Amino acid sequence: MENHSNHIEEPRDDYAAKLGMWLFIFTELLLFGGLFLVYSIFRFKFPTQFHQAALELNVTIGAINTVILLVSSMTVAMSLAALQKNNKKLAKILLLITVFCALLFLVNKYFEWGVKFNEGLYPGSDLMLQLEHGSLLYFSLYFFMTGLHALHIIIGMIILLVAYFKINSGKVNIGKYALLENGALYWHLVDLIWIFLFPLLYLIS
Amino acid sequence: MANNIESTDYVSYLDYQGKHKGIFAWILATDHKRIGLLYMYAIASFFFIGAILGLLMRIELIAPGETIMKPQTYNGIFTVHGIIMIFMVVIPGLSVVFGNLFMPILIGARDVAFPRLNLFSWWIYILGCIMAVSSQFLRQGPPDTGWTFYAPYSISTGTNVIMATAAAFVLGFSSILTGLNFIVTIHRMRAPGMGYFRMPLFVWSLYATAWIQLLATPIVGITLLMLIAERVFNIGFFDPALGGDPVLFQHLFWIYSHPAVYIMILPAMGVITEIIPTFSQRKVYGYKAVAFSSLAIAGVGFLVWGHHMFTSGMSNTALWFFSLLTFIVAVPSAIKVFNWIATMYKGSIDLKPPMLYALSFIFLFMIGGLSGLVLGSLATDVHVHDTSFVVAHFHYIVFGGMGFAFFAAIHYWLPKIYGRMYNFKWANISWAIIFVGFNVLYFPLFIIGMQGMPRRYYDYLPQFQTGHVISTIGAFMLIIGFIMMVINLINGARNGAKAPANPWNGNTLEWKIPSPPPHENFDQIPVITEDPYNYL
Repeated sequence: MENHSNHIEEPRDDYAAKLGMWLFIFTELLLFGGLFLVYSIFRFKFPTQFHQAALELNVTIGAINTVILLVSSMTVAMSLAALQKNNKKLAKILLLITVFCALLFLVNKYFEWGVKFNEGLYPGSDLMLQLEHGSLLYFSLYFFMTGLHALHIIIGMIILLVAYFKINSGKVNIGKYALLENGALYWHLVDLIWIFLFPLLYLIS
Repeated sequence: MANNIESTDYVSYLDYQGKHKGIFAWILATDHKRIGLLYMYAIASFFFIGAILGLLMRIELIAPGETIMKPQTYNGIFTVHGIIMIFMVVIPGLSVVFGNLFMPILIGARDVAFPRLNLFSWWIYILGCIMAVSSQFLRQGPPDTGWTFYAPYSISTGTNVIMATAAAFVLGFSSILTGLNFIVTIHRMRAPGMGYFRMPLFVWSLYATAWIQLLATPIVGITLLMLIAERVFNIGFFDPALGGDPVLFQHLFWIYSHPAVYIMILPAMGVITEIIPTFSQRKVYGYKAVAFSSLAIAGVGFLVWGHHMFTSGMSNTALWFFSLLTFIVAVPSAIKVFNWIATMYKGSIDLKPPMLYALSFIFLFMIGGLSGLVLGSLATDVHVHDTSFVVAHFHYIVFGGMGFAFFAAIHYWLPKIYGRMYNFKWANISWAIIFVGFNVLYFPLFIIGMQGMPRRYYDYLPQFQTGHVISTIGAFMLIIGFIMMVINLINGARNGAKAPANPWNGNTLEWKIPSPPPHENFDQIPVITEDPYNYL
């Protein structure tokens, strides 16, 4: 009978939490994997139109966003390292920088999409449906893939903000940082997917 | 039995008082056993709805022409029957119910690795179910695409395809989280001494299933999202008028949905592998072969999806390749069947109700499996493609396989779950009615399918009527047997005689704790020193 409260005292298993996160990241990669598959099939089918359509994207904004995400991936890793050295303040600042980078990425994306929308180029628009098949599929993929990626950015931001407030309240600390570590892993995933999206959509042309 | 614990001074999980009261003590419970029961009640209810829809279809088909419903209603009903039965009943099915109830106990753990995530999965499952059911009642009418949502019809039909596909997406998310939870649990929470090859084989099959859930479900997730985007924004991926490719949809759909068949059947095979040694009092023949065959089925199962599409248009190389791989997947399945039979050899076989269901599982699964080879061969598939032969094959595997394994499992574990025993005589009678009714229902479909009766048709030529009438009679027998079984089980669970801790003389860990299990499963985490099936 005296053992009934064991549930609460059972040793925490951070390794299990991390294993779970890696498995979840697997599924996210597969989710995008389906889109990469569709991309390669249609690229194979319409090589010239994909080439033409890709020229219409703004490589500069894409490159800036790539740098922003790479920097944010670095700062989130540094934030974890800072927490592991018990530097709470630095960890929090670095996390805020990460979230700020994510916000910057979204702002850039907003302007990039905004230009296209102004030209009448958005999913379901009349202009889209008048395009050649290859260009239509290219822009559909562009909006679908970057849109889904932006959704992941938002989810990642929320996780990192939760981690921020938990560091603040001391629930995430030097001895217990699985949440921040998993949030950082997720953020690297978001970064990684963009590293694939950027060359596929912007650079190969 | 030395391992029977006197069961007076402990709190069972059914009586446990947590911080929540009333119904909240259940729907907010993180205890894996309570979550397993929540899944069981939900799945049993949806199974009943799906079965009624199936019965309505059978009544409609009792005579050519209009019998009790309009063609469009019929299209809606077979779609809804498919969506409910596939996504809400058999895909979660055994793994969420008996996996949740018993997997942690079988590996000597107090709970799964992430109990709150486990509860969250149940809530997502319920959300998905509500969405799926609501798609039937919203204004545009129930979806009429069949559960496969083939493009381009699913893009152009005016019915509630978006709600139904979104529901399937949400249900898939729940499935992924359960799979993830189980993998981590099996890796991290095994009791001391419980090496991978001392795990009960049901756990092995759940492990293989969990990997399929994890690796296959995201593909259908993204495919369904693309289909929704296609309907809302005309993105053109699957619409030939916009340069897309409808066959691509079929590929993406079956890359998930074929492995999904193994999500359904692997835990069923695992349950059978638990029941047969217990009721033969014999060690499982070829433990490692059975364990690895689960992994082999899971692995090869990813590479056979093309056999659903032999008539859709593929290169001849792809065709024979998929056909070859389909035959290869029959090998590990056959290993299991042979090992079950070899396990019974010279055993003291005890024909209690769980064993009757397990044996009929082997019989029906063999008919289903062998008819699958007819469909896996290129030449014969063209003849029987999209006929009721496919319907019969599928139901022999999924209902005769997974369904009967579910019935076997509930008869096997009910005394453990509720601490009470059902009536054997009524269990045997209802088993006999269900078994006969099942064969009367589905076997004629093989024959009229060979003769050319197409599947999903509302109307048919008069020469098929005999087969349809026999089949409909079988449907009524089946549903009567089913109702008898449920009444007997509910009656047993409520008013049955108190069950001992180990009514079947089983040797796996769940039989070494009291019935019903204590809230924490084990007072002391057990140390495992022997194999799970040491009967001799």
